[in-house]
Amino acid sequence: MLESIIQNLINALQWGSFYALIALGYTMVYGVLTLINFAHGDVFMVGAYIAFFVATFILGALGLPGWVALALTIPITMILTAGVGVSLERIAYRPLRRKGAHRLYVVITALMCGLILENANLAIFGASRKAFPELISVQVYTIGGVSFTNLKIAVIGTAILSFFILQWIVTKTKVGMAMRAISYDKFAVPLMGIPIDNIIVITFILGSAFAGLAGLLFAMSYPILEPYMGALIGWKAFIAAVVGGIGDIRGAFLGGFLLGAVEILVVAVFPSTYRDLIAFSVLLIILSLKPTGLFGIAKTTKI
Amino acid sequence: MKKKLVAAIFSCSALLVAGTVMSADTIKIGFNIPMTGDIPKVGESSKFSAEMLKADINGAGGLEVGGKKYMLEFIYEDNEAKAESAVTTALKLIDKDQVLAMIGPNSSKQAVPAGQVADDNETVMVTPWSTNPDSTLDRPWVFRAAFLDPFQGPVAVNFAVKTFNAKTAAVLYDLSNDYSKGLAEIFREVFEKKMGKDTVVAFESHGTKDQDFSAQLTKIISAKPDFIFLPDNYNQVALIVKQAHQQGYKGQFMGSDAWGSSELMTLCGDDCKGLYFSTHYAAAGATGATKEFIDRYTKKYGYVPDDVAALTWDATRIVLQAVQDTGGLSGKLRKDRKAVLKAMAAIPSFDGITGSMKFDEQGDPVKCAVVVQISDSGEFEFAESVCP
Repeated sequence: MLESIIQNLINALQWGSFYALIALGYTMVYGVLTLINFAHGDVFMVGAYIAFFVATFILGALGLPGWVALALTIPITMILTAGVGVSLERIAYRPLRRKGAHRLYVVITALMCGLILENANLAIFGASRKAFPELISVQVYTIGGVSFTNLKIAVIGTAILSFFILQWIVTKTKVGMAMRAISYDKFAVPLMGIPIDNIIVITFILGSAFAGLAGLLFAMSYPILEPYMGALIGWKAFIAAVVGGIGDIRGAFLGGFLLGAVEILVVAVFPSTYRDLIAFSVLLIILSLKPTGLFGIAKTTKI
Repeated sequence: MKKKLVAAIFSCSALLVAGTVMSADTIKIGFNIPMTGDIPKVGESSKFSAEMLKADINGAGGLEVGGKKYMLEFIYEDNEAKAESAVTTALKLIDKDQVLAMIGPNSSKQAVPAGQVADDNETVMVTPWSTNPDSTLDRPWVFRAAFLDPFQGPVAVNFAVKTFNAKTAAVLYDLSNDYSKGLAEIFREVFEKKMGKDTVVAFESHGTKDQDFSAQLTKIISAKPDFIFLPDNYNQVALIVKQAHQQGYKGQFMGSDAWGSSELMTLCGDDCKGLYFSTHYAAAGATGATKEFIDRYTKKYGYVPDDVAALTWDATRIVLQAVQDTGGLSGKLRKDRKAVLKAMAAIPSFDGITGSMKFDEQGDPVKCAVVVQISDSGEFEFAESVCP
């Protein structure tokens, strides 16, 4: 019984890590722009594909061993995925922001960007699944009936590390201070000489880079890639960010792990059929008790 | 401007009319197959197989029906492996493309709803791969080329009990897939009847888009079954088997015919080697017409045809056989469709590359199943054949 609980907790931590890493991107963009970047789940998918092509190239064309390939794939994937996020911002969101369009239109644009990414992927690479190459050999350790792999530990560790890095950037650096300032008052901040566009670009770089990292880790853990893989997990990560209190890094992180834990534990206790039903009922109850999420602060809009 | 528009509309409709008139000497067969979505390889196999057949017949001057040669025109429509798209695709093929008969959809998930459309619109439909009884049940216009799950379930049970010496089993299936759910339930019923009550120690489900199965697998592994029955599509099989091994499971798996895609081994790799599943035919070690088909297909497309390819080949050939048996087409679609239906039902026995078959009153063939083992080189090797 106890082993089964610990096993489920490890599983929940791993699964929650992906939600947390993706939710971080949602929450950063929302915090700065109050924009729900619905394309973020698909940026994650693109990240996984970038990781796939980079890793296959390094393994195949350069013939380097797996761990070198992994060490190279991580930064390259993060940089390239950040490029995708920034391009989205430049092509789709910035022009709308310049024209002073209502937030609603930007959100719709984000939805469309997500669909474009999915279907462009489908058109370019075809519908066939891609099998992600094995970069590190997965070791299974069994201690007292509890099984875990080196990969699982790495995923959980990376998620926690990412949280601390982002939390540090947002709370301790000048850029982070500028981000918080923009989210506080978007109109006064440029008057103080803060380059608002640059800060927004940095936000997108950070969010997308970590989505790319999540994509790589996801592809290593679940090594089958398909164009729609980002849609559902993206939606759920968004829900996790909202439950945690969107706009707050701690909220996104906690919300991600909470959703992962609820999903896994529901299956562990109830028939697996009820997973989404019970999982989302729990989240609904949390939201109805605390509509702003766990870490959210109620904002009043002055007219 | 207005005039131009009217003229354009007229010329377009004129073209359409001309199109239908010109196609008088062709026979149109529609293919309702998944070219994108969850199982794109299934659609590709179907299409490749049909293209090969079409090239054969058109290359020989066309199909002779009642003393007249007709060229074949195959229309491939993508149903995205979704139930609702399969319905709209069926309607499009039947109403807009005016096909004489429809092949597909392949999975039961799509074949069950699309079968209703074909039946309502009085068009012959043959599903190559669907094994769920509901696809053809009480639908005189719907036929299939595959065996049924009530037959496949016991095959899996008997084989596993005998080969793995199993006393208990666990099942993991896709809840939102008619095929997977139906087969899982049949399996549980048959297994418990044979081995006693509560011998299926875990009966777990997941969703079609799920990627993480760790919670279900934790439950299954802690129940300590002798083997896991996995009636799932090949893409999920790859994930589930890998994750089970990562959670320390070392036992056997028993699969069903949805495993049998040529893409299974590219996705699953070493983890799937040595596992067994029940299917429609074994490519390794085939003889006669089956071998000829496999060799030609492999040469043309570069990989060994999976069961969907073979079944599509058979399904299409049955329909063409029925068209020939009508003794001549009138050119009136409704009348011709009816004639094809009559001829289909009257086919005494058909010698296909997946075995000989004969339709019963529900439009289901009576045919054998085989169990294959995945070899170390990734080939599906014949292990056992079971006939009804």
